[in-house]
Amino acid sequence: MSNVSIFEIMGPVMIGPSSSHTAGAEKLGKAASSICDEDFDAVDFYLHGSFAKTYKGHGTDKALVAGILGMSADDERLRDSLKLAEQKGIKVDFIETDLGEVHPNTVKIVIKNKDIVLLTLVGSSIGGGNIMINEVDGSALEISGQYPVIIATYSDVRGMISKITGAIARNEVNIATLRVSRSSKGEVATTVIETDNAAPESIVDEILQIENVISVRVLNAIV
Amino acid sequence: MYNKAYELINETKENNCRISDIVLRNECKLMECSEEDVRSKIRKVLQVMKDAAQSGIDKETRSVSGLIGGNAVKADQYRKMNRTVCGDVVNRAIARALSTSEVNASMGRIAAMPTAGASGIVPAAVITAAETIDADEEAIIDALLTASGVGQLIKKNATISGAEGGCQAECGAGAAMAAAAIVELYGGTPEMALDAGAIALKSILGLVCDPVAGLVEVPCSKRNATGVVNAMACADMALAGIKSMIPFDEVVDAMYKIGKAMPAALRETSMGGLATTPTGETLRCRLIGKQ
Ligand code: SF4
Repeated sequence: MSNVSIFEIMGPVMIGPSSSHTAGAEKLGKAASSICDEDFDAVDFYLHGSFAKTYKGHGTDKALVAGILGMSADDERLRDSLKLAEQKGIKVDFIETDLGEVHPNTVKIVIKNKDIVLLTLVGSSIGGGNIMINEVDGSALEISGQYPVIIATYSDVRGMISKITGAIARNEVNIATLRVSRSSKGEVATTVIETDNAAPESIVDEILQIENVISVRVLNAIV
Repeated sequence: MYNKAYELINETKENNCRISDIVLRNECKLMECSEEDVRSKIRKVLQVMKDAAQSGIDKETRSVSGLIGGNAVKADQYRKMNRTVCGDVVNRAIARALSTSEVNASMGRIAAMPTAGASGIVPAAVITAAETIDADEEAIIDALLTASGVGQLIKKNATISGAEGGCQAECGAGAAMAAAAIVELYGGTPEMALDAGAIALKSILGLVCDPVAGLVEVPCSKRNATGVVNAMACADMALAGIKSMIPFDEVVDAMYKIGKAMPAALRETSMGGLATTPTGETLRCRLIGKQ
């Protein structure tokens, strides 16, 4: 039986009313804007299942927007996040939808600037304020947000993983887990690398310079 | 490390100390930090608990949906009339538990304990009990350590999620944690603390999770109020020397099995229980009509 910290019992300190509908939703929003890392002027939230049914009563909409604005789960301004987004000129839309066979508390977040999509993220609030990111820009993956993550997509040619991990090692970042997936042989592959310590910002450019790399996304731990 | 209540009690005997001491030591080892680090982290959580337990009494607080609110104020005004059935102490605790629940439902800041839905019970219990015997903040921190230790046992051996085990796993766990904490605060032995926890959990075994319209409001808020009264009554019984015939560990196992046997309709899905009573349905339609 594994040890359980008392702070998994006492806390988190959060804005009510529900750890899955507010604390978890806020983390999903924060993960999206942090991975996006660019200025944006609109965000669409596609709400599935229980999120779709009760988002207003639970304040899930406000929590998602608070996350997008970078607020933390215990920030009392969370209640007014919709107004704050408006003041910042960020247009937010909530669309009830069916995302298929996914967790009941799932949202698809689409971040845009001047009608150009900057990021698409699908994630679930899996209970107790914990989250699971299931998809980024169409690539299926599994990210808990508890560790810093580097997501790289590239054309599926030989030797790519060693080049990417080489760049990570040169930055003195230690790799915790590494998972590779691809749509089909020779097409676009995605590598998700969880690291022990956060990578420096320059790592994005360094990996992008590697031939055949298509995109690099970074998410620092959000818990 | 302790996985069972009897192990926790044995550790207190071997070290001639209280439950809170063992829980604190275990946390320091787990997080690789000092005792003061843990205490100062709890101090911050306690401040949030105190604020949430008071602000709903000071000011009428309504939920975002508008379904609940203002009951903490009512409870406290009634208490001040000095003609209550349960007496001043219990009514103070009731007002505090309602306050935290209302703050939670209004999208205010709370500390989950062990969840957001049941977050009113432990703070109301320890703050009120400490006030009654003039205990200082450090003693309240010890009580919170004990409460969390009991919560650890329930999480390890069963569940603290209403979706998995019904409300017995949330408000039941909260009441068991609170009961044990009060006993330690009042100088009871570790055995007495866990007897109190066992009796509190036994008293609400089988309680389903059936929130109206899926909101953490009805019946959650009042279950926090009765949860703290349950905890206080059980603490008094244990301090009087009354034992639980069924040991804590077995009560937790029973709770888990009952939770597993509960149909999904009675585990947070709002498809049964109070949620589907005629009034529950009417309220749901009204609120969803609003959306
Ligand atoms: S009824 Fe369900 S949601 Fe409400 S406090 Fe109990 S377990 Fe939590």
